[in-house]
Amino acid sequence: MTRLPITKTPKVYVGGAFIRSESARTFALPDAAGNFFANIPQCTRKDLRNAVEAAAKAGPGWAKRTAYNRGQIIYRLGEMLEARKADMADALAVGGATKAAAAREITATIDRLIYYAGWADKYEQVLGSVNPVAAPYFNFTVTEPMGIIGLLAPEAAPLLALISLIAPAITSGNTVVALASTTQPYPAIVLGEMLATSDLPGGVVNLLTGYRKELVPTFATHTHLRGLGGVASAAERQTLKLGAADSVKRVKLLKAEEPFDWFAEKAQGLYEVRDHLEFKTTWHPIGA
Amino acid sequence: MPTLTEKKSIRPASRAQGRPAPELIFGDLWEYDPAPETADPKLKARYDLFIDGRFVAPKSGQYFDSINPANETRLAKIAQANAADVDAAYRAAQNAYTKVWGKLPGRERAKYIYRIARLLQDRAREFAVAETLDGGKPIKESRDFDVPMAAAHFFYHAGWADKLDYVAPGRRVAPLGVVGQVIPWNFPLLMLAWKLAPALALGNCVVIKPAETTSITALKLAEIFQDAGLPPGVVNIVTGFGDTGAAVMGHPIAAKVAFTGSTEVGKIIMRSLAGTDKKMTMELGGKAANIVFADAPIDQAVEGIVNGIFFNQGHVCCAGSRLLVQESVAAEVLAKLKNRIKVLRVGDPLDKNTDIGAINSAEQLATIKRLVAAGVKEGATLYQPPGVLPAKGYYFRPTVFSNVSMSHRIAREEIFGPVLSVLTFRTVDEAVEKANNTAYGLSAGVWTDKGSRILKMSTELKAGVVWANTYNKFDPTSPFGGYKESGFGREGGRQGLLDYCQLA
Repeated sequence: MTRLPITKTPKVYVGGAFIRSESARTFALPDAAGNFFANIPQCTRKDLRNAVEAAAKAGPGWAKRTAYNRGQIIYRLGEMLEARKADMADALAVGGATKAAAAREITATIDRLIYYAGWADKYEQVLGSVNPVAAPYFNFTVTEPMGIIGLLAPEAAPLLALISLIAPAITSGNTVVALASTTQPYPAIVLGEMLATSDLPGGVVNLLTGYRKELVPTFATHTHLRGLGGVASAAERQTLKLGAADSVKRVKLLKAEEPFDWFAEKAQGLYEVRDHLEFKTTWHPIGA
Repeated sequence: MPTLTEKKSIRPASRAQGRPAPELIFGDLWEYDPAPETADPKLKARYDLFIDGRFVAPKSGQYFDSINPANETRLAKIAQANAADVDAAYRAAQNAYTKVWGKLPGRERAKYIYRIARLLQDRAREFAVAETLDGGKPIKESRDFDVPMAAAHFFYHAGWADKLDYVAPGRRVAPLGVVGQVIPWNFPLLMLAWKLAPALALGNCVVIKPAETTSITALKLAEIFQDAGLPPGVVNIVTGFGDTGAAVMGHPIAAKVAFTGSTEVGKIIMRSLAGTDKKMTMELGGKAANIVFADAPIDQAVEGIVNGIFFNQGHVCCAGSRLLVQESVAAEVLAKLKNRIKVLRVGDPLDKNTDIGAINSAEQLATIKRLVAAGVKEGATLYQPPGVLPAKGYYFRPTVFSNVSMSHRIAREEIFGPVLSVLTFRTVDEAVEKANNTAYGLSAGVWTDKGSRILKMSTELKAGVVWANTYNKFDPTSPFGGYKESGFGREGGRQGLLDYCQLA
């Protein structure tokens, strides 16, 4: 007799816990063949606000970790993904990825994590400065994380793009609330399970699944989100920027209508880290 | 030569016993003779728009008056640019960018910017007088701060023009094209320099609008652009009111806009550009905490408090407008502060002895009066030193509010005038909590004898600039800009350059 397998209930990873939407709503996700695969949480504005609260609680502690420690934790996330490649390949296959395509996306994602893990204790040395002011002060500029960053993942490359957005933000001590691909949300569900085992404190990365139309307006106006990033359509960009004006949010968006190669060397860099940083300049007196 | 111990031994017995030194308050024992600065500001009766390297009349033919706020007389007529004038300015800028400035090697761009710095230094006193007449700031400030600092900004940024490979390690940078800029009236020439110097160094061309009450030094600087041989169209200056500013911010040719002004207007601009791809930087308002710990050198701190809030009549976005004093020294600090502001001289900005000049406009004076009235109404204790203000012109006495609580409007809203709100705290944590409890985050001051506490406070304060045992210090090498609703982007230093280029 064949054994009936246990199917997994997809839950999103928010505040270090696996939750359903507070609304108890889901949407059915078909697999590549068009058959029912699972019910995905249809997160609401309230879920987004809860996620921001979780990110706010985790923020100060994460920002105070040493750069060395943050680097090791992001590296550890790479280790988790490397060890569970098969799981993730299955998750990508739900969206129709071939074996080869899934393998390519997963290895690129791992390499991207290792890349940013290495930046954690270096970006400050490149971006900060000591400034030769014409007065007796030790004047220096350091970077600080902005705080909580809202990220909108594109539909394509549901794992690689999501990590390419999250990694540079958390490298510098930000916390994030990210909305996963609507059409391919399942890799984000599995990613949550890897985040949970990576030593990353709960609340640093919060992943939501659901409909952009429902959530984009709240991403735009939530006062505690200090920065917005990711990929958005022209209409969404306008909504996000309009909302951002209310609390002078920092907005850096890629255009959904322009193709973007997430596998390219250019999809990662120091300036992706810089996008979510503030600069602080201190005038410290010299002399008695 | 007396040694330190010998010095100690000559202290009067009363002071050795811990009694305070007697205070020397001369009051109005002696009259000050007037000491007006007499250099000729070389003003024209009428200032036209500066477009494509020439002074041109506005298409509407309309001019408005620029008033001397010190005596309410008209200084000059200023051209009022409409959307068509702004469009002409952008076309000139675009043309200059594609044909000349964008193609010029960095080392050649540098030389033009160096020339501007040098020519401005040559005419420093003339510019200082013009700035004081037009804006109302004391001549000692325009002479010793605004004009030399403006020249310094051109000189610093000039040197970057041929070193752009070092701006963004790992990447090459390219100019953005034409940049639109709108600047405020509090530091008219200096803000112009802050905006123009990095834009030009990176290879951009500019359309800039000065504030309507303070257009004169911008147009005087245009004379220097002509003398420097700056190619026509590289910098275009359009003068006018809010509608002119909106046209500058919204013009389709503008690849980037930079705004310095109030948070309220900054948000309006952000909304109006939400549907565009324009890059933006915003340098907006502030409500900075100036934090005095019990171990601070109190006399030095009092000087710093005065400089923090009364510099430029308090028309400073980063002004230390909320004084947070540790409770154990609050009475002493407040008493010394009151004594100190009794001897501040309020009056003719052109007088070299003047500490506090004229409020920039009748409008701003009304705003200050409105907020001060709100402070009184909400129950804070007002102190203003006695003295006679000039009969004509816009003046406001230095004002200190004590017994202020965090919920008072005078503790939350930017007053942009010589008005200080005094609050107290007990612990370091409370100081941090109160300092950060604001929508703004431009600057902060910390007064303490302890170096480690300076660094601790600097780490905790959510502000773009932190001054320790000093206040209102600026330098072209030192990045300036805000957190939170005080805006985004930096001006000055290497960090400020990236806001005027794109990664290629």
